[in-house]
Amino acid sequence: MASIDQSAPVPLDAEEMRRLRAARLERIGKWVLPLAIMCLAIFLWDRIVVWNEIPHYILPRPVDVLRALIDDRELLFTSLLTTLRITGLSLLLAVVGGVGLAVLFAQSKWVEMSFFPFAIVLQVTPIVAIFPLINIYVDNQTAKLLLCAWIVAFFPILSNTTLGLNSVDRNLRDLFKLNGATRWQELWHLRVPAAMPYFLGGLKIAGGLALIGAVVAEFVAGSAGQSSGLASRIIESGYRLRTARLFAALMLISLTGIVIFMTLTWISHMMLRRWHESALKQER
Amino acid sequence: MKPAGGAPLLIMRAVGKTFSNGVTALDRVDLTLREGDFLSLLGPSGCGKSTALRIIAGLSSPTTGVLDWRGPPLAQTDIGFVFQEPTLMPWASVFDNVWLPLRLKGVSRREATPAIAELLERVHLTGFENAVPRELSGGMKMRVSIARGLVTKPRVLLMDEPFAALDEITRFKLNNDLLELWQDERFTVVFVTHSVFESVFLSNRIVVMAARPGRVFEEVEVDAPYPRDEVFRTSADYAALCRKTSDVLGRAMDAPALTKAGAFDGIH
Repeated sequence: MASIDQSAPVPLDAEEMRRLRAARLERIGKWVLPLAIMCLAIFLWDRIVVWNEIPHYILPRPVDVLRALIDDRELLFTSLLTTLRITGLSLLLAVVGGVGLAVLFAQSKWVEMSFFPFAIVLQVTPIVAIFPLINIYVDNQTAKLLLCAWIVAFFPILSNTTLGLNSVDRNLRDLFKLNGATRWQELWHLRVPAAMPYFLGGLKIAGGLALIGAVVAEFVAGSAGQSSGLASRIIESGYRLRTARLFAALMLISLTGIVIFMTLTWISHMMLRRWHESALKQER
Repeated sequence: MKPAGGAPLLIMRAVGKTFSNGVTALDRVDLTLREGDFLSLLGPSGCGKSTALRIIAGLSSPTTGVLDWRGPPLAQTDIGFVFQEPTLMPWASVFDNVWLPLRLKGVSRREATPAIAELLERVHLTGFENAVPRELSGGMKMRVSIARGLVTKPRVLLMDEPFAALDEITRFKLNNDLLELWQDERFTVVFVTHSVFESVFLSNRIVVMAARPGRVFEEVEVDAPYPRDEVFRTSADYAALCRKTSDVLGRAMDAPALTKAGAFDGIH
């Protein structure tokens, strides 16, 4: 792969020098710029509250939010763990269910034709509208939330993996056929690796959706039940005008989302970096 | 060395293929493939040469006619296939790609290693065992593809315009290397191409095909001795053979299309 040896004493022309400098600047700017803007935004937020004398229960100062985060850490982190557990479990179930169904669909066009519409119906119906039904049929609070988050998260995995399992080079399929590969061998040695980039793309979307599903489910369930995830903290803080805590909980949710996304992106990169276009560094 | 051609290996009798949309891709092809042949199917696009190859491979079944394989019963490992594209698994290393046909037969990595190492040496890819396809050039990918086609030691190697997408220098080199492999290993080759020059350089028999419907037009014997090398490529013999083949191909392309009933529709 083309790597630039910068210590080499090769005299560079002006254009190359400019390109090198631009690349270096971009590397630094990529981190510094968003951070600077973020700091500026927080500073402005603080100033706006102070200048306009906005009461803390309408909009708390950033310092108040930080204080809430520290003072209520026990409460908040227990809630965070609850939300994380629901998110993680539902994502896991979404992977198992989505991949399992996709493999089943890949076995037969007929199965896919028969059942895919149901998956779509499940996907396009807003989860909030289904929840009252789940509330009637399912007793266990955790099971309720899991089911909700799962319904939201499994579809991208199912649809992407199905697409991936079917996007196999026709010649490669002929080659397997020619060599007398069994259905199982074709699935394992050809379809599964070929579907991997698609599956990982679906996983990245599903990771975010699992969190959304977990939070939304808790919102809907929160009014009826005794759940204790971050969403119910938000509702509770809202009722009691503890706006700083509300912000703190909100921040934790965003942060969780970012961490999930970055983790899944990293996993995807590590798995595809040797061969898939999406994971390759751009070469000129 | 004399041009090859031993006992009949495959006799195709009146083999035809009509697709469900009514298109007749191949019409009553009679062809005898002999042990050790390097037989080229030459013709314009749409003359059914790829269809014929797929039928020989067993990837497609003939609508009419029979394929009569001679000699010991044909096993799956007896046919190697090289596609127009390298058709490698992009996630797998060179070694794993070549190993695939053996792996599907249950041969373990360790058992396969000596044979694969030797084969990779034969196609000049030693040292690239662990590279993935995207790290290779077009010619190297094709070498991997050829190694994969040969790894089961097949009796017949079927090649579907394997070098069409390569640049001329790379193609010449691969032509030479393929001939060398063929002479050493004594497998039979059916080679689909639309290049007169390539077919004359490589084969001992050229079957020129005509289109609409795809059919055998005429066979050209290439009686130049092997080994053939760069000297042959620039010789007067080669030029004469190319001209002769070119003429046949020209006539094949001018040949009137046959109507469904099989009669000539010569009057326009």
